[in-house]
Amino acid sequence: MGKRIGIENSLAAAEAIMMANVDVVAAYPITPQTHIVEHLSELVADGELDAEFIPVESEHAAMSVCCGSSAVGARTFTCTSSQGLALMNEIVFIAPSLRLPIVMILANRSMSGPLSIWNDHTDVMSIRDCGWIQVFTENGQEIFDHVMFAFRVAEDPKISLPLIVNVDGFTLTHVIEPIEYWDQETVTKYLPDFKPVNVLDPDHPVTMGAFGMPSIFTEAKKSQDQALINSKPGIVQAWEEMGKLTGRHYRPVETNCAEDAETVFLTMGSFGETVSIAVDELRKQGKPVGQIKIRLWRPFPFEEFRQAVQGVKKIIIVDRAISYGGPGGPVAGEIRSLLYGEDNMPVITNFLCGLAGRDVTPEDYIAMYEKSEAMKGIVREEDYIFYGVRE
Amino acid sequence: MIEVRFHGRGGQGAVTSAELLASAAINEGKYAQAFPSFGPERRGAPVIAFCRIDDKPIRIRTNIYHPDLVLVLDPSILRIVNVSNGLKEDGILITNTRYSGEEIRKELGIKHTLATVNATLIATEEMGLPITNTTMLGSLLKARNILPADSLIGPLNKRFGRIAQKNINAFQRAYKETDILI
Repeated sequence: MGKRIGIENSLAAAEAIMMANVDVVAAYPITPQTHIVEHLSELVADGELDAEFIPVESEHAAMSVCCGSSAVGARTFTCTSSQGLALMNEIVFIAPSLRLPIVMILANRSMSGPLSIWNDHTDVMSIRDCGWIQVFTENGQEIFDHVMFAFRVAEDPKISLPLIVNVDGFTLTHVIEPIEYWDQETVTKYLPDFKPVNVLDPDHPVTMGAFGMPSIFTEAKKSQDQALINSKPGIVQAWEEMGKLTGRHYRPVETNCAEDAETVFLTMGSFGETVSIAVDELRKQGKPVGQIKIRLWRPFPFEEFRQAVQGVKKIIIVDRAISYGGPGGPVAGEIRSLLYGEDNMPVITNFLCGLAGRDVTPEDYIAMYEKSEAMKGIVREEDYIFYGVRE
Repeated sequence: MIEVRFHGRGGQGAVTSAELLASAAINEGKYAQAFPSFGPERRGAPVIAFCRIDDKPIRIRTNIYHPDLVLVLDPSILRIVNVSNGLKEDGILITNTRYSGEEIRKELGIKHTLATVNATLIATEEMGLPITNTTMLGSLLKARNILPADSLIGPLNKRFGRIAQKNINAFQRAYKETDILI
């Protein structure tokens, strides 16, 4: 493997994208994604990265450019956050329907208002149903690794779908930490050249982005859904092969101390690391507590999730987005419906916290655990708690 | 694990200071994190930055509430920010000041060990600028030897290129001229 260096995670991400030999980067700067895009533009300007950097006039244009470049067979990357994603939204839904393997890093940030630049998951939850493969990362090393993973999975001819790597804004994007780089040889071994399934080529004309009459629309959507579901074996295989090359083993659902746990925390993204400290502390106190982290958010890993919660009596779901007037946070809502009707269904308690970058410490998780333990009776879907709110 | 909180004013390089310290620790084979207090960057306003150093992987991703060391780049901050807030009992407050440790202790009523250095003077003489972020790192390593002093030379060279030597001189002078008051 390559060298171990101390570097800001965003800069390392940009250098991973360079090592992945990207052809086209189209992006518009927005906090906290900025450092990734700035560094890519620097690498292109300095001649270190032979790619087209297209400084578009908006995120809507960024994703439109990405669709065009991916359609002609160029390895394509973009990056955004929050309001940028909102402006991009229209085209975000089109990319997977065209089966274009674009890679996006989403530096997760809350949606305004009030105007906020800080981290939570309201941006990604706003496009939950966009049809992209979606994964979450927990630290700088995972971001670096998942850049390679993202291109490999998205461009896999059996998959050919766009992929979002979720990276917590600031909490991960603006931190310097040690990262083990891959050497170029390992990248080449892991990531084959992009061989698109269909290419937009005037000499061999095809139609992309056609009009879909009601008579064909449902069939098109079912096949799109099937494509996303069918991507899972390729995703798992890409992680397994990475494990062989790097010694770092990623899975759709990851657990810590969950085997004999009665209560588990459930998180996505960088909160998992801090939760692990709370789990250690609660274990020291003799409490049967563990944790589950969802790495693969779409396609949802049903089988792996059910297996992970086998024997668990209570799940404390930490949500970082709100479904206003709905069933708590979006993660809790999904987990409740997927466990509905299962034998010995665990009790689910739902905490909304870490909104717009509010710090959540190990002590806070311990407090959530204690609050959960004290909750009596049926915990209904509408019983969710804004943790730490001042009233 | 050693946790350090940096106080400065926007534009004085507190974040750079935290980054250099983390880079030096990582080059030494340790684990480290450096990060700003996330928010809008405002030149001149009080800002904070953080650094954690450990021999094993660091899992926590929160702000630092109980630092082992507090580093103050700008003496004007001492009067407007409670810089010793949360500082561990055996922690050290390291500050740029032209006053002595006794005078600072009396003026601010701080019970912790104090490390003082006139970093503004050193930086002005060595670099021609009163920017104290690299100077104060010398003082930090004198106050507690969390890393070998020469571990900063590599990161300083990498960061500052042709003006690195001036920063290294200021860093080394602060290391020598720091007074410790237990």
